[in-house]
Amino acid sequence: MTKAFGKLTAVEARLFLREPVAVFFAIVLPVGLLLGLGTTIPGFREADPSLGGQRLVDAPFTAMMVLLSIVTLGLSVLPASLVLYRERGVLRRMSTTPVRPGALLSAQLLINVVVSVVATVLTLTLGHLVLDVPLPGSPWAFAGVFALGSVAMLSIGLLLAAVAPTSRIVQGVGSALMFPLLFLAGMWLPRPLMPELLRRISDFTPTGAFGQGLMDALGGQAPQPLHLAVLAGWALAAGIGAARLFRWE
Amino acid sequence: MAIITVDHLRKTYGARVAVEDVSFSVEQGEVFGIVGRNGAGKTTTVECVAGLRTPTSGTITVDADLKEQVGVQLQECSLPDKIRVGEALALYASFYSRPADWRALAEEAGLDLRKPFGKLSGGQRQRLSVALALVGNPRVAILDELTTGLDPQARRETWDLVARIKERGVTVLLVTHFMEEVERLCDRVAVISRGRVRAVDTPAGLIARAGGEQRLIFHTDEPVDALRSLPEVASVTVAGRGGAGTADGRGTADGRGVKVTVTGTGDLLSAVAAVLPPSRTRNLRMERTTLDDAFLVLTGTEES
Repeated sequence: MTKAFGKLTAVEARLFLREPVAVFFAIVLPVGLLLGLGTTIPGFREADPSLGGQRLVDAPFTAMMVLLSIVTLGLSVLPASLVLYRERGVLRRMSTTPVRPGALLSAQLLINVVVSVVATVLTLTLGHLVLDVPLPGSPWAFAGVFALGSVAMLSIGLLLAAVAPTSRIVQGVGSALMFPLLFLAGMWLPRPLMPELLRRISDFTPTGAFGQGLMDALGGQAPQPLHLAVLAGWALAAGIGAARLFRWE
Repeated sequence: MAIITVDHLRKTYGARVAVEDVSFSVEQGEVFGIVGRNGAGKTTTVECVAGLRTPTSGTITVDADLKEQVGVQLQECSLPDKIRVGEALALYASFYSRPADWRALAEEAGLDLRKPFGKLSGGQRQRLSVALALVGNPRVAILDELTTGLDPQARRETWDLVARIKERGVTVLLVTHFMEEVERLCDRVAVISRGRVRAVDTPAGLIARAGGEQRLIFHTDEPVDALRSLPEVASVTVAGRGGAGTADGRGTADGRGVKVTVTGTGDLLSAVAAVLPPSRTRNLRMERTTLDDAFLVLTGTEES
């Protein structure tokens, strides 16, 4: 059975790499945006008093690029492929073999986690080498927030896959959710610059809590308990919802 | 020895009855067909046998491990477009404890290992699907509508593949609505209509059961009324004289005689010949019931 799971993961990984769109949005885009904007726009590299003296390219923008990769995987890549597999009867076909379709789901989750780790390591390393972005000031806190945030986003992805009837709908819903959630994370207006009310709302969204947690850990501060609790709450709620509602066919 | 026994299977979805009452048993090593129109309950029946659906009532016994030893080819099941034939076969082979040689299976099915699923033709997809059903070295293969939507050439190639499965000693449960497929492949058939089994028999047995009706068609100038009293004769129809009439022995102006159609059973030809010598008929030919006719008789003229 472990042999089957290994084989399944290897094949799924190859299929992932054959999807240029998934690879682009999950890996190339975040890394490219960080390097592209960071090197060309001078304002990105100037210490900003409104950001507590950091440069925009440091914790605020780097945190957004790490988040962008995971949000893309959770809201778009993962649910789209799972719904397509259900639509095409791949999960159903697998349920007639000794391997349970749950193995395919686990393989998919594993690949998404690996891809997000790769994208994050690339973002941090290249940002550090090219733009002199400091490495996470609190590495363990960063790893913890990263793990919790990934679980929350992938659970939301599983919930989307559970409730969406067709792959067309899941893609539409995923992108419709992506933009407000990226905005609330501070993608276009960093959280420190948000009006008070907007920032309070953002605190309770999965991406707002995730973004701030990453920013704190990158800047060497401890993440706020509120943000960790919000991420854990989303992970739990979406995970339980997905487990209850998921259909194999 | 029966390898599959289905006993009074019933399956309902809410108020809708998909399978009313189906019973049959499949012997080891045979190709057993399940025929019926769309919506007759064929697919639901085999999906219950495959363990994909739970019967509402009734029992199903399969003398094999359902996951390990029963290979399934499902309707409307496909693979990701970018997976290659070789990858799919190797992957599914890894699921089983005693897999078949998947390279040999691919070769037998005439498949190119490097080709992605999305670029396969309909026939190649079906043959891959059959190969995937066999890759675990099953004792039983369940094949659901495997030639629907294929062109005649692709259909024939798929049939050859199924015929070779039988040679391996694999028991095949085949769902179809093509009578030609039944005649070519099946040892025995269950005819299902509106959720019930109408008959279980060999293809030849089904024809006989449907009355095995024969038709004698000939032209003659002789009177034919005497034929009606023969026990073998079911009906006598006379045409060619402005509609229905009787061949009264007066002949026709063109000397070709009238066209007579006699239907009946048993040794119809000898019985008719004893009354009306074939030398006094012209263009005598005989038609027999086909499996298509038998199917229509057994299932009635239901709305499909």
